[in-house]
Amino acid sequence: MATIHPKLSDELSQTVVSSTKSVKIKIKRSNPNVNSEQKFDDFVVPIEKWTTVLDVLLDVKSHLDHSVGVRYSCRQASCGSCGMKINGKPGLACFTKISELDSDTVTVEPMDNYPVVRDLAVNMDRMINNHKKVMPYVIREDSEIDAESGIREFLQSPENVEKYIQFSSCIKCGLCNSACPTMSMDKTFVGPQALAQAYRYIADDRDKGKNKRLKVIDESHGIWRCHFAGSCSQVCPKGVDPAMGIQLLRGYLLGIRD
Amino acid sequence: MMVLRESIIMKIHYGTALGALFLTVIHIMMRLTQDFHESLEYENVIANYESVGYAILLGLLLILISVHGFNGLRVILLEMNQGPTYEKLVTIGCLAGMAALIAYGSRTIIMTNMGML
Ligand code: HEM
Ligand code: SF4
Ligand code: FES
Repeated sequence: MATIHPKLSDELSQTVVSSTKSVKIKIKRSNPNVNSEQKFDDFVVPIEKWTTVLDVLLDVKSHLDHSVGVRYSCRQASCGSCGMKINGKPGLACFTKISELDSDTVTVEPMDNYPVVRDLAVNMDRMINNHKKVMPYVIREDSEIDAESGIREFLQSPENVEKYIQFSSCIKCGLCNSACPTMSMDKTFVGPQALAQAYRYIADDRDKGKNKRLKVIDESHGIWRCHFAGSCSQVCPKGVDPAMGIQLLRGYLLGIRD
Repeated sequence: MMVLRESIIMKIHYGTALGALFLTVIHIMMRLTQDFHESLEYENVIANYESVGYAILLGLLLILISVHGFNGLRVILLEMNQGPTYEKLVTIGCLAGMAALIAYGSRTIIMTNMGML
């Protein structure tokens, strides 16, 4: 067992003396930059009923093996950094409690459909590039900064907000893309995350970029390669329903909504 | 290789699927006018091809299913592998297969009606 800097262990330890329960965590380890070896390392960590998978991983890093590679930041399901496969299902480590997994052993692996950087951290370039491709911002000729009157606002009605509000909760964690069967087969597929964002901006009546965006997604590896497996919506931790966004977008392309 | 916009291709895909479904229902109902084994007897097959209305229905069904089926195959193949050369080959191959199947099926109907069978 590696000893680590005492200050770090003091700060990060969530081990409470009263704890009587523990969990075995199996962490998939690999470092493709060095070699192709993949293995699972097992650790036993005490838990409380509020302990999350991320808490366990940080406990392992603090007390047992500080070399475990994991990406995280906010610890409150808002930065989208800590996506991983938890007992086979994509989820946020900071938003998944050990108690809800109902299992003495928890297996964590990097998300599918992304190249592994090291251990649990994956490279998310593909998702970010596709996200940029659909122009995730309000497009229009005029500006909110008006030369004569100073700054003005593009007003938005509550009715219009209703049309896209759930899609604006996306934190770009990439779990939807990792759950998508087309993503695993078609390495050029645009993916549910970007498609849901294309819908979010097209449905916004301040936006005038509908045709530009539809053109981007209406190609041979675009929206039509979704076959409505629906796994994206199953795993989204923020209640976004990318599968529905994709069907709504199809409505524009099939001419049944405008 | 972008010959048509993907949305137009998919409209054709769904349209041909629904059309084929409709014509297949009529086709099966026509088969119910006689016993199953009689449908496959030589004289009956030739008689079907010689009845103009039914021959047109079969010809249309052939076109709809060839277009739908080969486009479906194109979609499956595009998802299995990617790359410009591969995708070009898939598109050309599927268009060629579609044309060949339509030509071969129509040939039987036309030859029958020209008294060549
Ligand atoms: C020749 C073999 C066929 C192939 C390779 C094929 C392939 C496909 C594919 C790939 C799709 C798209 C599915 C998706 O986007 O999720 C599809 C859709 C469809 N096909 Fe076919 N198909 C064939 C024959 C038929 C026949 C004979 C019919 C009916 C008479 C039919 C009816 C439909 C319908 C109704 C759809 C729309 C439903 C959907 O998009 O999931 N297909 N087909
Ligand atoms: S749609 Fe949901 S699962 Fe997909 S990236 Fe956004 S928050 Fe994550
Ligand atoms: S650490 Fe930010 S979402 Fe989990």
